[in-house]
Amino acid sequence: MHEYSIVASLIDRVQQEAAAHGGSRVHRLHVTIGELSGVEIDLLKTAFDTFRERTICDGAELAIDTVAPAWACPSCERAVERGSILRCDACGRPARMIQGDEIILQRIEMEAPNV
Amino acid sequence: MCETCGCGDPEIVPIEVQERILSDNDAQAAHNRSHFEALGLLAINLMGSPGAGKTAVLEASAKAAGGRLKLGAVSGDLATDRDADRLNASGIVSATITTGSACHLDARLVHRALHDFPAGDRDIFFIENVGNLVCPAIYDLGQAANVVALSVTEGEDKPLKYPVMFQKADLVLLTKVDLIPHLDFDVAAVEDGLARVMPEARMLKVSAKTGEGIDAWLQWLEERRPAEGHRHEHSHGHHHEHH
Repeated sequence: MHEYSIVASLIDRVQQEAAAHGGSRVHRLHVTIGELSGVEIDLLKTAFDTFRERTICDGAELAIDTVAPAWACPSCERAVERGSILRCDACGRPARMIQGDEIILQRIEMEAPNV
Repeated sequence: MCETCGCGDPEIVPIEVQERILSDNDAQAAHNRSHFEALGLLAINLMGSPGAGKTAVLEASAKAAGGRLKLGAVSGDLATDRDADRLNASGIVSATITTGSACHLDARLVHRALHDFPAGDRDIFFIENVGNLVCPAIYDLGQAANVVALSVTEGEDKPLKYPVMFQKADLVLLTKVDLIPHLDFDVAAVEDGLARVMPEARMLKVSAKTGEGIDAWLQWLEERRPAEGHRHEHSHGHHHEHH
Protein backbone atom coordinates (compact mmCIF):
# COMPACT_ATOMS: atom_id res chain seq x y z
CA MET A 1 0.00 0.00 0.00
CA HIS A 2 2.59 2.54 -1.10
CA GLU A 3 -0.29 4.58 -2.57
CA TYR A 4 -0.61 6.27 0.84
CA SER A 5 3.01 7.38 0.75
CA ILE A 6 2.57 8.62 -2.82
CA VAL A 7 -0.46 10.65 -1.78
CA ALA A 8 1.49 12.08 1.18
CA SER A 9 4.24 13.20 -1.24
CA LEU A 10 1.61 14.60 -3.60
CA ILE A 11 -0.10 16.70 -0.91
CA ASP A 12 3.30 17.93 0.35
CA ARG A 13 4.14 19.06 -3.13
CA VAL A 14 0.80 20.83 -3.56
CA GLN A 15 1.33 22.62 -0.25
CA GLN A 16 4.75 23.85 -1.44
CA GLU A 17 3.25 25.15 -4.68
CA ALA A 18 0.40 26.82 -2.83
CA ALA A 19 2.85 28.55 -0.50
CA ALA A 20 4.97 29.68 -3.44
CA HIS A 21 1.98 31.13 -5.30
CA GLY A 22 -0.04 32.41 -2.38
CA GLY A 23 -2.69 29.83 -3.23
CA SER A 24 -5.52 28.87 -0.95
CA ARG A 25 -8.15 26.34 -1.89
CA VAL A 26 -7.21 23.60 -4.37
CA HIS A 27 -9.96 22.62 -6.77
CA ARG A 28 -8.37 19.95 -8.91
CA LEU A 29 -5.12 18.03 -9.35
CA HIS A 30 -4.14 16.48 -12.66
CA VAL A 31 -1.85 13.49 -12.39
CA THR A 32 -0.53 11.01 -14.94
CA ILE A 33 -0.14 7.40 -13.88
CA GLY A 34 1.42 4.75 -16.13
CA GLU A 35 -0.17 1.32 -16.16
CA LEU A 36 3.22 -0.17 -15.28
CA SER A 37 4.15 2.42 -12.67
CA GLY A 38 3.14 0.10 -9.85
CA VAL A 39 0.44 2.51 -8.69
CA GLU A 40 -3.10 1.15 -8.47
CA ILE A 41 -5.58 3.83 -9.55
CA ASP A 42 -8.36 2.72 -7.19
CA LEU A 43 -6.02 2.60 -4.21
CA LEU A 44 -4.62 6.00 -5.14
CA LYS A 45 -8.14 7.48 -5.21
CA THR A 46 -8.99 5.92 -1.85
CA ALA A 47 -5.75 7.16 -0.33
CA PHE A 48 -6.34 10.66 -1.71
CA ASP A 49 -9.92 10.78 -0.40
CA THR A 50 -8.64 9.78 3.04
CA PHE A 51 -5.58 12.02 3.23
CA ARG A 52 -6.93 15.20 1.62
CA GLU A 53 -9.14 15.99 4.63
CA ARG A 54 -7.97 18.96 6.64
CA THR A 55 -5.19 19.67 4.13
CA ILE A 56 -5.08 22.25 1.38
CA CYS A 57 -6.52 19.53 -0.88
CA ASP A 58 -9.68 19.13 1.19
CA GLY A 59 -12.54 18.83 -1.29
CA ALA A 60 -10.21 18.79 -4.29
CA GLU A 61 -10.80 16.47 -7.22
CA LEU A 62 -8.07 14.09 -8.36
CA ALA A 63 -8.13 13.83 -12.15
CA ILE A 64 -6.07 10.86 -13.31
CA ASP A 65 -4.81 10.22 -16.84
CA THR A 66 -3.53 6.72 -17.37
CA VAL A 67 -0.82 5.82 -19.87
CA ALA A 68 -0.56 2.43 -21.54
CA PRO A 69 2.95 1.00 -21.64
CA ALA A 70 4.90 1.01 -24.88
CA TRP A 71 8.33 -0.26 -25.83
CA ALA A 72 10.51 0.51 -28.83
CA CYS A 73 13.89 -0.43 -30.22
CA PRO A 74 16.45 2.17 -29.14
CA SER A 75 18.18 2.02 -32.55
CA CYS A 76 15.53 1.67 -35.23
CA GLU A 77 12.57 2.88 -33.09
CA ARG A 78 10.43 -0.04 -34.22
CA ALA A 79 7.60 -0.66 -31.73
CA VAL A 80 7.73 -3.82 -29.63
CA GLU A 81 4.27 -5.05 -28.63
CA ARG A 82 3.23 -5.38 -25.00
CA GLY A 83 3.31 -9.03 -23.98
CA SER A 84 5.80 -10.04 -26.66
CA ILE A 85 9.49 -10.77 -26.17
CA LEU A 86 11.00 -7.33 -25.44
CA ARG A 87 13.56 -7.45 -28.20
CA CYS A 88 13.60 -5.76 -31.60
CA ASP A 89 12.46 -8.13 -34.39
CA ALA A 90 14.73 -6.41 -36.88
CA CYS A 91 18.04 -5.80 -35.10
CA GLY A 92 17.71 -7.93 -31.95
CA ARG A 93 18.48 -5.16 -29.49
CA PRO A 94 16.68 -5.08 -26.14
CA ALA A 95 13.65 -2.80 -26.34
CA ARG A 96 13.35 0.28 -24.15
CA MET A 97 10.19 1.34 -22.34
CA ILE A 98 9.14 4.66 -23.82
CA GLN A 99 6.04 5.23 -21.71
CA GLY A 100 3.90 3.56 -19.08
CA ASP A 101 5.81 4.02 -15.80
CA GLU A 102 4.86 7.66 -15.12
CA ILE A 103 3.87 8.92 -11.66
CA ILE A 104 3.60 12.62 -12.44
CA LEU A 105 1.87 15.67 -11.00
CA GLN A 106 1.00 17.67 -14.11
CA ARG A 107 -1.07 20.59 -12.93
CA ILE A 108 -2.79 22.10 -9.92
CA GLU A 109 -5.92 24.20 -10.25
CA MET A 110 -6.19 26.44 -7.22
CA GLU A 111 -7.47 29.75 -5.98
CA ALA A 112 -4.39 31.92 -6.14
CA PRO A 113 -5.09 35.65 -6.15
CA ASN A 114 -1.41 36.51 -6.46
CA VAL A 115 -0.75 34.65 -9.69
CA MET B 1 -10.38 37.42 -8.01
CA CYS B 2 -13.05 37.97 -10.60
CA GLU B 3 -12.06 41.13 -12.41
CA THR B 4 -15.09 41.45 -14.62
CA CYS B 5 -17.79 42.42 -12.19
CA GLY B 6 -16.07 42.47 -8.82
CA CYS B 7 -18.41 39.82 -7.46
CA GLY B 8 -15.66 38.24 -5.43
CA ASP B 9 -15.73 34.87 -7.12
CA PRO B 10 -12.35 33.29 -6.78
CA GLU B 11 -10.43 32.87 -9.94
CA ILE B 12 -9.00 29.44 -10.30
CA VAL B 13 -5.56 29.39 -11.83
CA PRO B 14 -3.69 26.44 -13.25
CA ILE B 15 -0.19 25.89 -11.86
CA GLU B 16 1.91 23.72 -14.16
CA VAL B 17 4.19 21.37 -12.23
CA GLN B 18 4.97 18.40 -14.52
CA GLU B 19 7.22 16.63 -12.07
CA ARG B 20 7.46 13.17 -10.65
CA ILE B 21 5.40 12.92 -7.48
CA LEU B 22 8.33 11.08 -5.89
CA SER B 23 10.83 13.78 -6.87
CA ASP B 24 11.85 14.21 -3.20
CA ASN B 25 12.71 10.53 -3.03
CA ASP B 26 14.56 10.80 -6.36
CA ALA B 27 16.67 13.67 -5.01
CA GLN B 28 17.48 11.73 -1.84
CA ALA B 29 18.37 8.67 -3.94
CA ALA B 30 20.73 10.77 -6.06
CA HIS B 31 22.37 11.93 -2.86
CA ASN B 32 22.76 8.33 -1.64
CA ARG B 33 24.20 7.39 -5.02
CA SER B 34 26.86 10.07 -4.68
CA HIS B 35 27.76 8.65 -1.25
CA PHE B 36 28.11 5.15 -2.66
CA GLU B 37 30.21 6.39 -5.55
CA ALA B 38 32.48 8.44 -3.29
CA LEU B 39 32.99 5.40 -1.08
CA GLY B 40 33.69 3.14 -4.07
CA LEU B 41 30.86 0.90 -2.95
CA LEU B 42 28.73 -1.24 -5.22
CA ALA B 43 25.21 -0.80 -3.83
CA ILE B 44 22.66 -3.49 -4.66
CA ASN B 45 18.93 -3.24 -3.98
CA LEU B 46 17.89 -6.84 -3.31
CA MET B 47 14.16 -7.38 -3.58
CA GLY B 48 11.79 -10.34 -3.58
CA SER B 49 8.82 -11.93 -1.82
CA PRO B 50 8.93 -12.81 1.87
CA GLY B 51 10.69 -16.16 2.03
CA ALA B 52 12.26 -15.92 -1.45
CA GLY B 53 15.65 -16.55 0.12
CA LYS B 54 17.18 -13.07 0.05
CA THR B 55 18.98 -13.46 3.37
CA ALA B 56 20.02 -17.03 2.59
CA VAL B 57 21.61 -15.96 -0.71
CA LEU B 58 23.59 -13.29 1.11
CA GLU B 59 24.74 -15.79 3.74
CA ALA B 60 25.88 -18.14 0.97
CA SER B 61 27.60 -15.23 -0.78
CA ALA B 62 29.58 -14.39 2.35
CA LYS B 63 30.60 -18.01 2.72
CA ALA B 64 31.72 -18.30 -0.92
CA ALA B 65 33.49 -14.94 -0.97
CA GLY B 66 35.46 -15.77 2.16
CA GLY B 67 37.77 -12.83 2.88
CA ARG B 68 37.93 -11.87 -0.81
CA LEU B 69 35.12 -9.29 -0.64
CA LYS B 70 34.10 -7.13 2.27
CA LEU B 71 30.32 -7.23 2.39
CA GLY B 72 27.90 -4.96 4.18
CA ALA B 73 24.13 -4.93 4.34
CA VAL B 74 21.12 -3.14 5.70
CA SER B 75 17.93 -5.17 5.96
CA GLY B 76 14.48 -3.67 5.88
CA ASP B 77 12.28 -5.47 8.35
CA LEU B 78 8.83 -4.63 9.66
CA ALA B 79 9.45 -5.76 13.21
CA THR B 80 12.59 -7.81 13.93
CA ASP B 81 16.38 -7.80 13.70
CA ARG B 82 16.49 -11.43 12.57
CA ASP B 83 17.90 -10.88 9.09
CA ALA B 84 20.64 -8.53 10.27
CA ASP B 85 21.51 -10.97 13.07
CA ARG B 86 21.81 -13.81 10.56
CA LEU B 87 23.94 -11.70 8.22
CA ASN B 88 26.24 -10.51 11.00
CA ALA B 89 26.73 -14.14 12.01
CA SER B 90 27.71 -14.97 8.42
CA GLY B 91 30.35 -12.23 8.39
CA ILE B 92 28.40 -9.51 6.60
CA VAL B 93 28.48 -6.27 8.60
CA SER B 94 24.76 -5.58 8.94
CA ALA B 95 22.14 -3.33 10.44
CA THR B 96 18.36 -3.36 10.45
CA ILE B 97 16.11 -0.65 9.08
CA THR B 98 12.91 -1.10 11.04
CA THR B 99 10.09 -0.05 8.76
CA GLY B 100 7.14 -0.59 11.09
CA SER B 101 4.10 -0.94 8.87
CA ALA B 102 5.83 0.42 5.75
CA CYS B 103 5.94 -2.11 2.95
CA HIS B 104 9.12 -0.83 1.29
CA LEU B 105 12.33 1.06 1.88
CA ASP B 106 12.70 4.58 0.59
CA ALA B 107 15.81 6.63 -0.06
CA ARG B 108 15.46 8.60 3.17
CA LEU B 109 15.41 5.45 5.31
CA VAL B 110 18.49 4.13 3.55
CA HIS B 111 20.28 7.45 3.97
CA ARG B 112 19.58 7.51 7.68
CA ALA B 113 20.89 3.96 8.04
CA LEU B 114 23.96 4.78 5.97
CA HIS B 115 24.98 7.47 8.42
CA ASP B 116 25.28 5.04 11.30
CA PHE B 117 26.85 2.34 9.18
CA PRO B 118 30.58 1.63 8.89
CA ALA B 119 30.37 1.51 5.09
CA GLY B 120 33.77 3.02 4.36
CA ASP B 121 35.79 -0.21 4.24
CA ARG B 122 33.15 -2.32 2.46
CA ASP B 123 33.28 -3.44 -1.18
CA ILE B 124 29.64 -4.32 -1.71
CA PHE B 125 26.67 -2.91 0.14
CA PHE B 126 23.43 -4.89 -0.06
CA ILE B 127 20.16 -3.16 0.67
CA GLU B 128 17.89 -6.07 1.52
CA ASN B 129 14.45 -4.65 0.90
CA VAL B 130 11.24 -5.54 2.70
CA GLY B 131 9.83 -8.82 1.40
CA ASN B 132 7.27 -7.65 -1.16
CA LEU B 133 7.00 -8.02 -4.95
CA VAL B 134 5.10 -4.77 -5.48
CA CYS B 135 5.97 -1.62 -3.56
CA PRO B 136 9.78 -1.68 -3.32
CA ALA B 137 10.12 -1.45 -7.12
CA ILE B 138 8.80 2.11 -7.16
CA TYR B 139 11.41 3.70 -4.90
CA ASP B 140 14.91 4.48 -6.13
CA LEU B 141 17.33 4.07 -3.21
CA GLY B 142 20.51 5.17 -4.98
CA GLN B 143 21.55 1.62 -5.85
CA ALA B 144 23.77 0.70 -8.80
CA ALA B 145 21.60 -2.29 -9.65
CA ASN B 146 18.31 -3.95 -8.76
CA VAL B 147 18.37 -7.68 -8.10
CA VAL B 148 15.19 -9.69 -7.60
CA ALA B 149 15.22 -13.04 -5.82
CA LEU B 150 12.50 -15.39 -7.09
CA SER B 151 12.28 -18.82 -5.51
CA VAL B 152 11.20 -21.88 -7.45
CA THR B 153 8.42 -22.54 -4.91
CA GLU B 154 6.71 -19.28 -5.85
CA GLY B 155 5.83 -20.57 -9.31
CA GLU B 156 6.94 -19.64 -12.81
CA ASP B 157 4.11 -17.14 -13.42
CA LYS B 158 5.48 -14.43 -11.12
CA PRO B 159 7.28 -12.29 -13.75
CA LEU B 160 4.05 -11.89 -15.73
CA LYS B 161 2.00 -11.27 -12.58
CA TYR B 162 4.40 -8.70 -11.12
CA PRO B 163 5.77 -6.97 -14.25
CA VAL B 164 6.63 -3.71 -12.46
CA MET B 165 9.10 -5.46 -10.18
CA PHE B 166 10.73 -7.52 -12.92
CA GLN B 167 10.94 -4.72 -15.49
CA LYS B 168 13.11 -2.82 -12.98
CA ALA B 169 15.44 -5.76 -12.37
CA ASP B 170 18.98 -5.86 -13.70
CA LEU B 171 19.27 -9.47 -12.59
CA VAL B 172 16.91 -12.16 -11.36
CA LEU B 173 18.25 -14.78 -8.97
CA LEU B 174 16.21 -17.95 -9.30
CA THR B 175 16.67 -19.31 -5.79
CA LYS B 176 16.25 -22.74 -4.13
CA VAL B 177 17.00 -24.52 -7.42
CA ASP B 178 18.03 -27.59 -5.37
CA LEU B 179 14.25 -28.11 -4.91
CA ILE B 180 13.47 -28.33 -8.65
CA PRO B 181 13.60 -32.17 -8.75
CA HIS B 182 10.78 -32.21 -6.19
CA LEU B 183 8.54 -29.72 -7.99
CA ASP B 184 6.68 -29.31 -11.27
CA PHE B 185 8.69 -26.23 -12.08
CA ASP B 186 9.41 -25.16 -15.65
CA VAL B 187 12.59 -23.05 -15.81
CA ALA B 188 11.98 -22.26 -19.50
CA ALA B 189 8.56 -20.80 -18.61
CA VAL B 190 10.17 -18.36 -16.15
CA GLU B 191 12.75 -17.37 -18.74
CA ASP B 192 9.99 -16.78 -21.29
CA GLY B 193 7.97 -14.70 -18.81
CA LEU B 194 11.02 -12.61 -17.92
CA ALA B 195 11.80 -11.93 -21.59
CA ARG B 196 8.31 -10.41 -21.94
CA VAL B 197 8.63 -7.97 -19.02
CA MET B 198 12.38 -7.40 -18.63
CA PRO B 199 14.09 -5.96 -21.72
CA GLU B 200 17.57 -7.25 -20.89
CA ALA B 201 16.46 -10.42 -19.18
CA ARG B 202 19.25 -11.98 -17.18
CA MET B 203 18.71 -14.80 -14.72
CA LEU B 204 21.07 -16.87 -12.62
CA LYS B 205 20.05 -20.14 -10.99
CA VAL B 206 21.31 -20.38 -7.43
CA SER B 207 20.99 -22.55 -4.37
CA ALA B 208 22.06 -21.19 -1.01
CA LYS B 209 21.88 -24.75 0.30
CA THR B 210 24.22 -26.45 -2.19
CA GLY B 211 26.15 -23.35 -3.26
CA GLU B 212 25.19 -23.90 -6.91
CA GLY B 213 25.42 -20.68 -8.93
CA ILE B 214 26.81 -18.58 -6.08
CA ASP B 215 30.17 -18.18 -7.82
CA ALA B 216 28.43 -16.93 -10.97
CA TRP B 217 26.49 -14.45 -8.81
CA LEU B 218 29.68 -13.22 -7.16
CA GLN B 219 31.23 -12.89 -10.62
CA TRP B 220 28.24 -10.79 -11.73
CA LEU B 221 28.79 -8.53 -8.71
CA GLU B 222 32.55 -8.28 -9.29
CA GLU B 223 31.96 -7.12 -12.87
CA ARG B 224 29.87 -4.22 -11.58
CA ARG B 225 32.27 -2.96 -8.92
CA PRO B 226 33.73 0.48 -9.58
CA ALA B 227 37.24 0.43 -11.07
CA GLU B 228 40.07 0.21 -8.52
CA GLY B 229 41.27 3.79 -9.08
CA HIS B 230 37.89 5.20 -8.16
CA ARG B 231 37.59 3.42 -4.85
CA HIS B 232 38.16 4.97 -1.47
CA GLU B 233 39.37 8.25 -2.93
CA HIS B 234 37.87 10.20 -0.14
CA SER B 235 35.80 9.29 2.81
CA HIS B 236 34.39 12.70 3.46
CA GLY B 237 32.62 13.86 6.52
CA HIS B 238 29.61 15.66 5.22
CA HIS B 239 27.67 18.55 6.53
CA HIS B 240 24.44 18.65 4.64
CA GLU B 241 21.00 19.10 6.11
CA HIS B 242 19.21 16.05 7.37
CA HIS B 243 15.45 15.82 7.57
